[in-house]
Amino acid sequence: MADVREALMSGRNSEGARVRRPLSPHLQVYRPQITSTLSILHRVAGVALAAGTLLFVWWLAAAASSDAAFALAAAFMGSVVGWVVIAGFTLALWYHFCNGLRHLWWDIGRGFELTEVHATGKLVVGASVVLTVLTLIAGVAAR
Amino acid sequence: MVEFALPANSRVTAGTTHPAPSGAKNTRTFRIYRWNPDDGKNPRTDVYTVDMDHCGPMVLDALIKIKNEIDPTLTFRRSCREGICGSCAMNIDGTNTLACLKPIDEVKGQVSINPLPHMPVVKDLVPDLSGAYAQLRSIDPWLKSDTPPPDGERLQSKEEREKLDGMWECILCFCCSTACPSYWWNGDRYLGPAVLLAAYRWIADSRDERTGERLDALEDPFKLYRCHTIMNCTQTCPKGLNPGKAIAKIKTLMLERQV
Repeated sequence: MADVREALMSGRNSEGARVRRPLSPHLQVYRPQITSTLSILHRVAGVALAAGTLLFVWWLAAAASSDAAFALAAAFMGSVVGWVVIAGFTLALWYHFCNGLRHLWWDIGRGFELTEVHATGKLVVGASVVLTVLTLIAGVAAR
Repeated sequence: MVEFALPANSRVTAGTTHPAPSGAKNTRTFRIYRWNPDDGKNPRTDVYTVDMDHCGPMVLDALIKIKNEIDPTLTFRRSCREGICGSCAMNIDGTNTLACLKPIDEVKGQVSINPLPHMPVVKDLVPDLSGAYAQLRSIDPWLKSDTPPPDGERLQSKEEREKLDGMWECILCFCCSTACPSYWWNGDRYLGPAVLLAAYRWIADSRDERTGERLDALEDPFKLYRCHTIMNCTQTCPKGLNPGKAIAKIKTLMLERQV
Protein backbone atom coordinates (compact mmCIF):
# COMPACT_ATOMS: atom_id res chain seq x y z
CA MET A 1 0.00 0.00 0.00
CA ALA A 2 1.42 3.36 -1.03
CA ASP A 3 2.27 5.80 1.72
CA VAL A 4 -0.15 8.73 1.33
CA ARG A 5 2.42 11.03 2.95
CA GLU A 6 4.36 10.79 -0.30
CA ALA A 7 2.07 13.53 -1.70
CA LEU A 8 3.35 15.95 0.96
CA MET A 9 6.97 15.43 -0.13
CA SER A 10 6.24 17.49 -3.23
CA GLY A 11 6.63 21.23 -2.77
CA ARG A 12 7.35 24.35 -4.78
CA ASN A 13 10.28 26.76 -4.76
CA SER A 14 10.06 30.57 -5.00
CA GLU A 15 9.69 30.43 -8.80
CA GLY A 16 6.78 28.00 -8.50
CA ALA A 17 8.75 25.05 -9.89
CA ARG A 18 8.24 21.64 -8.29
CA VAL A 19 10.89 20.52 -5.79
CA ARG A 20 11.15 17.40 -3.69
CA ARG A 21 11.13 18.27 -0.01
CA PRO A 22 13.49 16.58 2.44
CA LEU A 23 12.23 14.46 5.32
CA SER A 24 13.26 16.00 8.65
CA PRO A 25 15.72 13.93 10.74
CA HIS A 26 14.14 11.56 13.27
CA LEU A 27 16.23 8.71 14.78
CA GLN A 28 19.30 10.71 13.75
CA VAL A 29 18.51 13.55 16.18
CA TYR A 30 15.96 12.28 18.72
CA ARG A 31 17.68 11.71 22.06
CA PRO A 32 16.96 8.20 23.44
CA GLN A 33 14.27 8.50 26.12
CA ILE A 34 13.70 6.09 29.01
CA THR A 35 10.23 5.55 27.51
CA SER A 36 11.30 4.65 23.96
CA THR A 37 14.45 2.78 25.05
CA LEU A 38 12.54 0.37 27.31
CA SER A 39 9.92 -0.04 24.58
CA ILE A 40 12.41 -1.04 21.88
CA LEU A 41 14.22 -3.31 24.38
CA HIS A 42 10.92 -5.15 24.89
CA ARG A 43 10.80 -5.88 21.16
CA VAL A 44 14.51 -6.76 21.01
CA ALA A 45 14.01 -9.16 23.92
CA GLY A 46 11.08 -10.75 22.10
CA VAL A 47 13.17 -11.34 18.98
CA ALA A 48 16.04 -12.71 21.12
CA LEU A 49 13.63 -15.12 22.82
CA ALA A 50 12.42 -16.43 19.45
CA ALA A 51 16.03 -17.03 18.36
CA GLY A 52 16.94 -18.53 21.75
CA THR A 53 14.00 -20.92 21.56
CA LEU A 54 15.49 -22.42 18.38
CA LEU A 55 18.64 -23.15 20.38
CA PHE A 56 16.53 -24.78 23.09
CA VAL A 57 14.79 -26.94 20.47
CA TRP A 58 18.18 -27.99 19.09
CA TRP A 59 19.23 -29.07 22.59
CA LEU A 60 16.01 -31.09 23.12
CA ALA A 61 16.15 -32.64 19.65
CA ALA A 62 19.80 -33.59 20.21
CA ALA A 63 18.87 -35.27 23.51
CA ALA A 64 16.20 -37.29 21.70
CA SER A 65 18.36 -38.35 18.74
CA SER A 66 21.75 -39.72 19.83
CA ASP A 67 24.51 -39.60 22.45
CA ALA A 68 26.90 -37.94 19.99
CA ALA A 69 24.40 -35.22 19.05
CA PHE A 70 23.63 -34.52 22.70
CA ALA A 71 27.31 -34.40 23.59
CA LEU A 72 27.82 -31.74 20.90
CA ALA A 73 24.86 -29.66 22.14
CA ALA A 74 25.91 -30.04 25.77
CA ALA A 75 29.48 -29.05 24.92
CA PHE A 76 28.20 -25.86 23.27
CA MET A 77 25.90 -25.01 26.18
CA GLY A 78 28.77 -25.56 28.63
CA SER A 79 31.26 -23.43 26.69
CA VAL A 80 31.95 -19.78 27.44
CA VAL A 81 29.92 -18.70 24.39
CA GLY A 82 27.10 -21.00 25.52
CA TRP A 83 27.10 -19.42 28.97
CA VAL A 84 26.93 -15.92 27.51
CA VAL A 85 24.03 -16.98 25.27
CA ILE A 86 22.18 -18.62 28.16
CA ALA A 87 22.73 -15.59 30.41
CA GLY A 88 21.46 -13.29 27.64
CA PHE A 89 18.45 -15.53 27.03
CA THR A 90 17.64 -15.52 30.74
CA LEU A 91 17.88 -11.72 30.91
CA ALA A 92 15.69 -11.36 27.79
CA LEU A 93 13.15 -13.76 29.30
CA TRP A 94 12.91 -11.94 32.62
CA TYR A 95 12.84 -8.50 30.99
CA HIS A 96 10.11 -9.55 28.56
CA PHE A 97 8.15 -11.12 31.44
CA CYS A 98 8.46 -8.14 33.82
CA ASN A 99 7.79 -5.54 31.12
CA GLY A 100 4.90 -7.73 29.95
CA LEU A 101 3.38 -7.34 33.44
CA ARG A 102 3.93 -3.58 33.09
CA HIS A 103 2.00 -3.66 29.81
CA LEU A 104 -0.84 -5.62 31.47
CA TRP A 105 -0.97 -2.94 34.19
CA TRP A 106 -1.26 -0.31 31.45
CA ASP A 107 -3.90 -2.43 29.70
CA ILE A 108 -6.20 -2.08 32.71
CA GLY A 109 -5.69 1.68 32.47
CA ARG A 110 -3.29 2.11 35.41
CA GLY A 111 0.19 3.62 35.79
CA PHE A 112 0.00 6.27 33.07
CA GLU A 113 1.27 9.28 35.05
CA LEU A 114 4.78 10.15 33.88
CA THR A 115 6.26 9.61 37.38
CA GLU A 116 4.67 6.12 37.45
CA VAL A 117 5.90 5.34 33.93
CA HIS A 118 9.45 6.21 35.00
CA ALA A 119 9.22 4.34 38.32
CA THR A 120 7.77 1.12 36.86
CA GLY A 121 10.36 1.25 34.05
CA LYS A 122 13.23 1.39 36.53
CA LEU A 123 11.58 -1.30 38.64
CA VAL A 124 11.32 -3.61 35.62
CA VAL A 125 15.00 -3.14 34.71
CA GLY A 126 16.13 -3.71 38.31
CA ALA A 127 13.88 -6.75 38.78
CA SER A 128 15.07 -8.34 35.50
CA VAL A 129 18.73 -8.03 36.51
CA VAL A 130 18.13 -9.40 40.02
CA LEU A 131 15.98 -12.30 38.77
CA THR A 132 18.57 -13.14 36.09
CA VAL A 133 21.38 -13.28 38.65
CA LEU A 134 19.25 -15.43 40.99
CA THR A 135 18.30 -17.77 38.13
CA LEU A 136 21.95 -18.23 37.07
CA ILE A 137 23.01 -18.87 40.68
CA ALA A 138 20.22 -21.45 41.02
CA GLY A 139 21.30 -23.02 37.72
CA VAL A 140 24.91 -23.36 38.85
CA ALA A 141 23.87 -24.73 42.24
CA ALA A 142 21.67 -27.39 40.60
CA ARG A 143 24.45 -28.71 38.37
CA MET B 1 6.88 2.27 6.49
CA VAL B 2 9.92 1.70 8.68
CA GLU B 3 13.00 3.37 7.22
CA PHE B 4 15.74 4.02 9.74
CA ALA B 5 18.01 6.05 7.43
CA LEU B 6 17.07 9.34 5.81
CA PRO B 7 16.45 9.42 2.03
CA ALA B 8 19.46 10.59 -0.01
CA ASN B 9 18.00 14.07 -0.58
CA SER B 10 17.41 14.54 3.17
CA ARG B 11 20.86 13.78 4.56
CA VAL B 12 22.22 16.77 6.42
CA THR B 13 25.54 18.26 5.29
CA ALA B 14 27.88 20.75 6.97
CA GLY B 15 26.88 24.41 6.55
CA THR B 16 28.15 27.88 7.30
CA THR B 17 29.69 28.88 10.62
CA HIS B 18 28.88 32.37 11.89
CA PRO B 19 31.43 33.34 14.58
CA ALA B 20 30.65 35.31 17.71
CA PRO B 21 30.56 39.12 17.39
CA SER B 22 33.85 40.70 18.45
CA GLY B 23 33.96 41.63 22.11
CA ALA B 24 31.27 39.12 23.16
CA LYS B 25 32.33 37.43 26.42
CA ASN B 26 29.33 35.27 27.30
CA THR B 27 28.40 33.22 24.22
CA ARG B 28 26.37 30.12 23.33
CA THR B 29 26.55 28.15 20.09
CA PHE B 30 23.44 27.08 18.16
CA ARG B 31 23.50 24.35 15.49
CA ILE B 32 20.46 24.89 13.31
CA TYR B 33 18.95 22.74 10.52
CA ARG B 34 18.61 24.69 7.26
CA TRP B 35 16.98 23.75 3.97
CA ASN B 36 16.33 26.17 1.15
CA PRO B 37 13.92 25.03 -1.60
CA ASP B 38 15.61 27.42 -4.06
CA ASP B 39 19.24 26.23 -4.04
CA GLY B 40 18.71 22.60 -5.08
CA LYS B 41 21.01 21.34 -2.34
CA ASN B 42 20.64 18.95 0.59
CA PRO B 43 19.78 20.27 4.06
CA ARG B 44 22.73 21.62 6.05
CA THR B 45 23.59 22.55 9.63
CA ASP B 46 24.50 26.21 10.12
CA VAL B 47 26.35 27.18 13.29
CA TYR B 48 25.68 30.51 15.01
CA THR B 49 27.45 31.87 18.08
CA VAL B 50 25.29 34.34 19.98
CA ASP B 51 26.23 37.01 22.53
CA MET B 52 24.16 35.94 25.54
CA ASP B 53 24.70 39.23 27.40
CA HIS B 54 22.31 40.75 24.87
CA CYS B 55 19.81 37.91 24.40
CA GLY B 56 16.63 36.78 26.16
CA PRO B 57 16.54 33.52 28.15
CA MET B 58 14.54 31.26 25.84
CA VAL B 59 15.58 29.40 22.68
CA LEU B 60 13.03 31.46 20.74
CA ASP B 61 14.77 34.65 21.90
CA ALA B 62 18.03 33.35 20.41
CA LEU B 63 16.31 32.38 17.12
CA ILE B 64 14.78 35.85 16.81
CA LYS B 65 18.13 37.47 17.64
CA ILE B 66 19.89 35.36 14.99
CA LYS B 67 17.25 36.29 12.40
CA ASN B 68 17.40 39.99 13.30
CA GLU B 69 21.15 40.44 13.69
CA ILE B 70 23.08 37.61 12.01
CA ASP B 71 21.11 35.84 9.25
CA PRO B 72 17.72 37.17 8.08
CA THR B 73 17.21 34.10 5.84
CA LEU B 74 16.63 31.83 8.88
CA THR B 75 13.01 30.69 8.69
CA PHE B 76 10.85 29.47 11.59
CA ARG B 77 7.27 29.81 12.83
CA ARG B 78 6.52 31.86 15.93
CA SER B 79 3.67 33.92 17.22
CA CYS B 80 2.64 34.25 20.86
CA ARG B 81 6.05 33.65 22.52
CA GLU B 82 4.24 32.34 25.64
CA GLY B 83 3.37 28.70 24.92
CA ILE B 84 -0.25 29.09 23.86
CA CYS B 85 -0.14 29.16 20.04
CA GLY B 86 2.03 26.10 19.37
CA SER B 87 3.75 27.68 16.35
CA CYS B 88 7.37 27.35 17.49
CA ALA B 89 7.25 23.57 18.07
CA MET B 90 10.61 22.07 17.08
CA ASN B 91 13.22 19.56 18.16
CA ILE B 92 15.63 21.23 20.60
CA ASP B 93 18.54 19.30 22.13
CA GLY B 94 17.02 16.02 20.95
CA THR B 95 13.45 16.34 22.23
CA ASN B 96 10.39 18.09 20.89
CA THR B 97 9.23 21.23 22.67
CA LEU B 98 8.18 24.83 22.16
CA ALA B 99 11.16 27.16 21.56
CA CYS B 100 9.41 29.90 23.57
CA LEU B 101 9.12 27.70 26.68
CA LYS B 102 12.59 26.13 26.50
CA PRO B 103 15.23 27.98 28.56
CA ILE B 104 18.65 28.01 26.86
CA ASP B 105 20.17 27.31 30.30
CA GLU B 106 18.52 23.86 30.34
CA VAL B 107 20.71 22.75 27.43
CA LYS B 108 24.32 21.71 28.08
CA GLY B 109 26.91 22.56 25.43
CA GLN B 110 25.89 23.44 21.89
CA VAL B 111 22.17 23.87 21.28
CA SER B 112 21.05 21.77 18.32
CA ILE B 113 17.75 22.75 16.73
CA ASN B 114 15.90 20.69 14.12
CA PRO B 115 12.39 20.76 12.66
CA LEU B 116 9.75 18.42 14.15
CA PRO B 117 11.01 14.90 13.29
CA HIS B 118 9.98 12.76 10.31
CA MET B 119 7.95 15.47 8.56
CA PRO B 120 8.26 17.03 5.09
CA VAL B 121 10.24 20.28 5.35
CA VAL B 122 8.83 23.44 3.75
CA LYS B 123 11.91 25.51 4.64
CA ASP B 124 14.45 25.45 7.50
CA LEU B 125 12.55 24.81 10.76
CA VAL B 126 9.10 24.89 9.13
CA PRO B 127 7.55 21.42 8.69
CA ASP B 128 4.45 20.71 6.58
CA LEU B 129 1.72 19.81 9.09
CA SER B 130 -1.11 19.51 6.56
CA GLY B 131 -1.17 15.71 6.90
CA ALA B 132 -1.60 16.00 10.67
CA TYR B 133 -4.30 18.66 10.22
CA ALA B 134 -6.17 16.39 7.77
CA GLN B 135 -6.05 13.63 10.38
CA LEU B 136 -7.46 16.03 12.98
CA ARG B 137 -10.28 16.91 10.56
CA SER B 138 -11.00 13.19 10.13
CA ILE B 139 -12.07 12.73 13.78
CA ASP B 140 -14.69 15.53 13.51
CA PRO B 141 -13.36 17.68 16.37
CA TRP B 142 -16.62 19.44 17.18
CA LEU B 143 -19.73 18.83 19.29
CA LYS B 144 -22.26 16.50 17.68
CA SER B 145 -25.68 16.35 19.28
CA ASP B 146 -29.10 15.21 18.08
CA THR B 147 -30.87 17.01 20.91
CA PRO B 148 -32.09 20.46 19.81
CA PRO B 149 -29.99 23.20 21.38
CA PRO B 150 -31.48 24.57 24.59
CA ASP B 151 -32.28 28.29 24.94
CA GLY B 152 -29.21 28.81 27.09
CA GLU B 153 -25.96 26.87 27.34
CA ARG B 154 -25.64 23.07 27.24
CA LEU B 155 -25.04 22.47 30.92
CA GLN B 156 -22.57 20.06 32.50
CA SER B 157 -22.08 19.00 36.11
CA LYS B 158 -18.77 19.90 37.73
CA GLU B 159 -17.74 16.25 37.50
CA GLU B 160 -18.61 16.04 33.79
CA ARG B 161 -16.61 19.18 33.08
CA GLU B 162 -13.61 17.88 35.04
CA LYS B 163 -13.33 14.93 32.63
CA LEU B 164 -12.16 17.38 29.96
CA ASP B 165 -9.26 18.71 32.05
CA GLY B 166 -5.91 17.77 30.56
CA MET B 167 -7.43 17.71 27.06
CA TRP B 168 -8.89 21.12 26.32
CA GLU B 169 -5.43 22.58 27.09
CA CYS B 170 -3.90 20.91 24.00
CA ILE B 171 -2.63 23.58 21.59
CA LEU B 172 -2.05 21.16 18.67
CA CYS B 173 1.68 21.85 18.36
CA PHE B 174 2.19 18.15 17.33
CA CYS B 175 5.32 17.78 19.51
CA CYS B 176 3.83 14.48 20.78
CA SER B 177 2.92 12.94 17.41
CA THR B 178 6.32 13.75 15.92
CA ALA B 179 8.06 12.25 19.01
CA CYS B 180 6.30 8.91 18.48
CA PRO B 181 8.29 6.24 16.58
CA SER B 182 5.03 4.52 15.69
CA TYR B 183 3.82 7.75 14.07
CA TRP B 184 7.17 8.05 12.23
CA TRP B 185 6.77 4.61 10.65
CA ASN B 186 2.98 4.47 10.22
CA GLY B 187 1.86 8.12 10.28
CA ASP B 188 -0.01 7.65 7.00
CA ARG B 189 -2.62 5.48 8.73
CA TYR B 190 -1.97 5.78 12.49
CA LEU B 191 -3.60 8.99 13.76
CA GLY B 192 -0.90 9.76 16.35
CA PRO B 193 -1.19 10.95 19.97
CA ALA B 194 -2.27 14.56 19.31
CA VAL B 195 -5.25 13.59 17.14
CA LEU B 196 -6.24 10.69 19.42
CA LEU B 197 -6.17 13.05 22.43
CA ALA B 198 -8.49 15.36 20.46
CA ALA B 199 -10.71 12.36 19.64
CA TYR B 200 -10.97 11.38 23.31
CA ARG B 201 -11.74 15.00 24.24
CA TRP B 202 -15.05 14.63 22.32
CA ILE B 203 -15.66 11.02 23.38
CA ALA B 204 -15.40 12.11 27.02
CA ASP B 205 -17.65 15.17 26.58
CA SER B 206 -21.03 14.61 28.31
CA ARG B 207 -22.72 16.96 25.82
CA ASP B 208 -21.63 14.95 22.77
CA GLU B 209 -24.16 12.30 21.68
CA ARG B 210 -22.15 10.42 19.06
CA THR B 211 -19.76 8.52 21.32
CA GLY B 212 -20.54 5.16 19.68
CA GLU B 213 -20.04 6.56 16.19
CA ARG B 214 -16.72 8.11 17.25
CA LEU B 215 -15.51 4.79 18.69
CA ASP B 216 -16.64 2.96 15.52
CA ALA B 217 -14.49 5.32 13.45
CA LEU B 218 -11.41 4.48 15.54
CA GLU B 219 -11.96 0.69 15.53
CA ASP B 220 -9.14 0.03 13.08
CA PRO B 221 -5.81 -1.83 13.29
CA PHE B 222 -3.93 1.33 12.34
CA LYS B 223 -5.82 4.49 13.36
CA LEU B 224 -5.81 3.63 17.09
CA TYR B 225 -4.00 0.36 17.64
CA ARG B 226 -0.59 1.35 16.29
CA CYS B 227 -0.15 2.90 19.73
CA HIS B 228 2.21 0.50 21.54
CA THR B 229 2.37 2.55 24.76
CA ILE B 230 5.88 3.80 24.01
CA MET B 231 4.95 7.00 25.95
CA ASN B 232 7.35 9.36 24.16
CA CYS B 233 4.25 11.55 23.65
CA THR B 234 3.64 12.21 27.34
CA GLN B 235 7.38 12.42 27.96
CA THR B 236 7.75 15.35 25.53
CA CYS B 237 4.46 17.32 25.79
CA PRO B 238 5.48 20.96 26.47
CA LYS B 239 2.10 21.57 28.12
CA GLY B 240 2.47 18.65 30.56
CA LEU B 241 -0.53 16.78 29.12
CA ASN B 242 -0.89 13.00 28.87
CA PRO B 243 -1.86 11.81 25.36
CA GLY B 244 -0.75 8.25 26.21
CA LYS B 245 -3.32 8.08 28.98
CA ALA B 246 -6.07 9.44 26.71
CA ILE B 247 -5.31 6.74 24.12
CA ALA B 248 -5.45 4.08 26.87
CA LYS B 249 -8.89 5.39 27.87
CA ILE B 250 -10.12 5.01 24.28
CA LYS B 251 -8.79 1.43 24.22
CA THR B 252 -10.56 0.71 27.53
CA LEU B 253 -13.88 2.02 26.14
CA MET B 254 -13.42 -0.15 23.04
CA LEU B 255 -13.08 -3.21 25.27
CA GLU B 256 -15.89 -2.24 27.67
CA ARG B 257 -18.48 -1.95 24.93
CA GLN B 258 -17.64 -5.44 23.68
CA VAL B 259 -18.30 -7.22 26.99
